Amino acid sequence: MKRRSLFLNTTAAMGFIFLYAPMIALIVYSFNKSKLVTVWGGWSLKWYGELFRNEQIIDAALLSLKIAFISASVAVVMGTMAGYVLSRFGPFRGKMILSGWITAPLVMPEVITGLSLLLLFVAMEGMFGWPSGRGTGTIIIAHVTFCMAYVAVIVQSRLSQLDETLEEAAMDLGAKPSSLFFLVTLPMIAPAIISGWLLSFTLSLDDLVIASFVSGPGNSTLPMVIFSKVRLGVSPEVNALATLMILVVAIGVVAAMFQMRRQAKLLGSQE
Amino acid sequence: MTSSPMINQQDGAEPVANTSLPLWKQDGAEPFLRIENVTKKFGEFTAVDNISLDIYKNELFCLLGGSGSGKSTLLRMLAGFEAPTSGRILIDGVDMAGIQPWKRPVNMMFQSYALFPHLSVEENVAFGLKREGVARSEVKQRVAQMLDMVQLGHLGKRKPHQLSGGQRQRVALARSLVKRPKLLLLDEPLGALDKKLREETQFELINIQEELGVTFVVVTHDQEEAMTLATRIGVMNHGVIVQTAEPHDVYEYPNSRFVAEFIGSVNLFEGKVVEDEPDFVRIKSKEAGGHLYVNHGISCAPNQKVHVALRPEKIRIGKTNPGQKENCIKGIVEEIAYMGSLSVFRVRLESGKEVRVTQPNFARDMGERLTWNDEVFLSWDVDSSVVLTA
Repeated sequence: MKRRSLFLNTTAAMGFIFLYAPMIALIVYSFNKSKLVTVWGGWSLKWYGELFRNEQIIDAALLSLKIAFISASVAVVMGTMAGYVLSRFGPFRGKMILSGWITAPLVMPEVITGLSLLLLFVAMEGMFGWPSGRGTGTIIIAHVTFCMAYVAVIVQSRLSQLDETLEEAAMDLGAKPSSLFFLVTLPMIAPAIISGWLLSFTLSLDDLVIASFVSGPGNSTLPMVIFSKVRLGVSPEVNALATLMILVVAIGVVAAMFQMRRQAKLLGSQE
Repeated sequence: MTSSPMINQQDGAEPVANTSLPLWKQDGAEPFLRIENVTKKFGEFTAVDNISLDIYKNELFCLLGGSGSGKSTLLRMLAGFEAPTSGRILIDGVDMAGIQPWKRPVNMMFQSYALFPHLSVEENVAFGLKREGVARSEVKQRVAQMLDMVQLGHLGKRKPHQLSGGQRQRVALARSLVKRPKLLLLDEPLGALDKKLREETQFELINIQEELGVTFVVVTHDQEEAMTLATRIGVMNHGVIVQTAEPHDVYEYPNSRFVAEFIGSVNLFEGKVVEDEPDFVRIKSKEAGGHLYVNHGISCAPNQKVHVALRPEKIRIGKTNPGQKENCIKGIVEEIAYMGSLSVFRVRLESGKEVRVTQPNFARDMGERLTWNDEVFLSWDVDSSVVLTA
């Protein structure tokens, strides 16, 4: 073990406190017995029970999970295709512009994305009658558009690190480009695709602004429900809910990290 | 690797006089691989410049050249990864234009080996056979046979990252041979191995090539590798094949200064032809401080500037005058490098020219030991040097 200096130790501690103090406070207060969020009234699991009896929150959570799952899955397919084209198509006219366009949603303010999508959906409904009204479907479409940009960037960077002679070797051994993609390229970029899916899932689960623009009546996602509840005063149930979400996310992140480490070991030590 | 192919050759029937000649020396022999006026341009840059080359069945042909000489581009065109800008490539009489890499009767061993990291050794080798739709039992049997041949039968379940460099190289070789290609392309096959492993592997490669009767085209920048492996060498420079010849001829009879200097080390004396007869030439060289006499005629204009190439190991060095009329010059020993099996001397001539001489160390203690600043005589036979006009 290397000996670390006092300075290094303090820096690390400060950083972690800055990042995690708010979350720890939230977790502690989720076990608060008192009805007043800011007053400590002893330990209790009462609000977790309340939470599971609150149908509005449970429905919103289920809807959010459903939307996140579908959007992440669709975004992964479309984003992988976009990333593959960008890194393997070779130089073509307007490549710069296309790759700029694909990554634009990353830097676009959410308000603008949400507003433009809303305008598009309304106009489309007027012209083709589809999508009729706004609801789960339009939220999914909106989430796919910005999630696929993230997936495309992740996949593209993984592909650019990938040794292209592997694909040439597969062709040389008789694999057509279509089968070569599934036999060689896809297994090699699988970790990038998995992390792209996890990222998309959390982004979709998180999103409040865009969903508020494109959702319809009776289709409130979890962040929308929490936000509207908080406006009427913070309720202790929300703390319990947030604690559960932190738990889910933490499990997901740790799993993704293990998966990435395993892959890096497999591929990295080849060099 | 087994030594059986060597034995087979000795036991083989007495060859008919004509067929004992290698194919490339027979008139009208059908080339297996024909490269016709092939040019490849990348934008303004010409990587391969109008190359024509015939390679025959069972050859182990080496394309030798420095980086950027176009050798790898030529190889990639044979594999089908690049299309020639103009010219034709025929393999076994079939024009390869428009034939995709996965349809060519060609396999390639990549410099990086390009083993699939997510597949085991067995799966790597079986990859090509499965694409062909070979029956499962046959795949299994052929993979096992191939792995035995490269002595990796016991490592079939391992992943590439669990193998050493030499083992990976053999997996790559097995994978490229298992489909029984008519033509095997090898891109710097020994480049990533250390010196000792290289030497062993060189002979293994030759044995496998003879055993299977596959035509090999090897790209390398390593002249030693080319000399040991090849039946013939094509020396490339700036997208052009400068000389195509057997290893011995490339070394002993280089056709240009580039080839002479690229392969081995050489002393070059600049001079002018003063006497040009059918069976000898005499060249006046200021650098050598006198006349150089070579016992072969050349075709050149009178007074043309030429170079006389002389390999360091063909020069005799000594303190006593050998009393030789021709090809004897005086100099002073400037540097000596003792390299165990041989010694290298750097001798400064009166003209200021430096000459490199190598001598095998016959005896542990040579009677007449040369030291720095000794005055020495350099001499060589009339048939030891070559006149280069290019």
